[in-house]
Amino acid sequence: MEQAFFFYFAFVIAAASVLVVAVRNPIYSALALLIMFFHVAGLYVTLHAEFLAAVQIIVYAGAILVLYLFVVMLLNLRQDDRYHRQWPMAGAVGVTLVIEAIILTAMKGRTTPVVTSGTETTVGGTSNTEAIGDVLYSTYLFPFEVASLILLVAMIGAILLAKKDIGEHEA
Amino acid sequence: MIPLSYYVTLSGIVFLTGVVGVLLRRNIIIILLSVELMLNATNINFVAFSQYFHDVAGQVFVFFALTVAAAEVAVGLAIIIALYRAKSTINIDELQLLKW
Repeated sequence: MEQAFFFYFAFVIAAASVLVVAVRNPIYSALALLIMFFHVAGLYVTLHAEFLAAVQIIVYAGAILVLYLFVVMLLNLRQDDRYHRQWPMAGAVGVTLVIEAIILTAMKGRTTPVVTSGTETTVGGTSNTEAIGDVLYSTYLFPFEVASLILLVAMIGAILLAKKDIGEHEA
Repeated sequence: MIPLSYYVTLSGIVFLTGVVGVLLRRNIIIILLSVELMLNATNINFVAFSQYFHDVAGQVFVFFALTVAAAEVAVGLAIIIALYRAKSTINIDELQLLKW
């Protein structure tokens, strides 16, 4: 049963990500990415990361993807351009990487899960959200504050970049 | 229980798809979408390892990756809009400001 769920999610994730790259129309591309995000959230649930699954749907599917769709529709794109002019080179690099990945995974075989001892917080015991909050607000408090700073900088940068020049109207 | 290598393989496939998308496509928006694919591939890895090593720190890192992804999208799309306003194209073959 667990295996069936994993293979379903894995297959849809892989197929949707190929569609994102291969489809001609950017809107279809974004919708394929939406399907992929939902299935990644499902995969998180099977991995007992329920809080992250919810965050994945709210932030990725709800906020980031809507922003993409908004820009795609705002720009009103032509559909005729598809691949880069350097696509033979890109294809060669891609094929090399794929072969390397296949060789690496085939050589490694199965890994057995290693249980480390003496980790700070276990996933079991308390609920997932509680465990994340515990670690996030104690061990990772400083990175958490830095993350808020990153969001502030991104907000200011986006407003500055996207607004029209003020001096343009006056001149 | 599903072996950890399955998750790593899935993550590798998605990441490679993202790399190929960045190298192959000419539309800047699709290139940004491919970057999102790569970020998601790393997130799958983080969560899988977090589950197998019974350490919640991996999930916290997914949280930070999410923050960076949101910031990247906001700034990236603002750049695209500014670029489209200046050049009225988002085809990277026609944006040759930095090429010789």
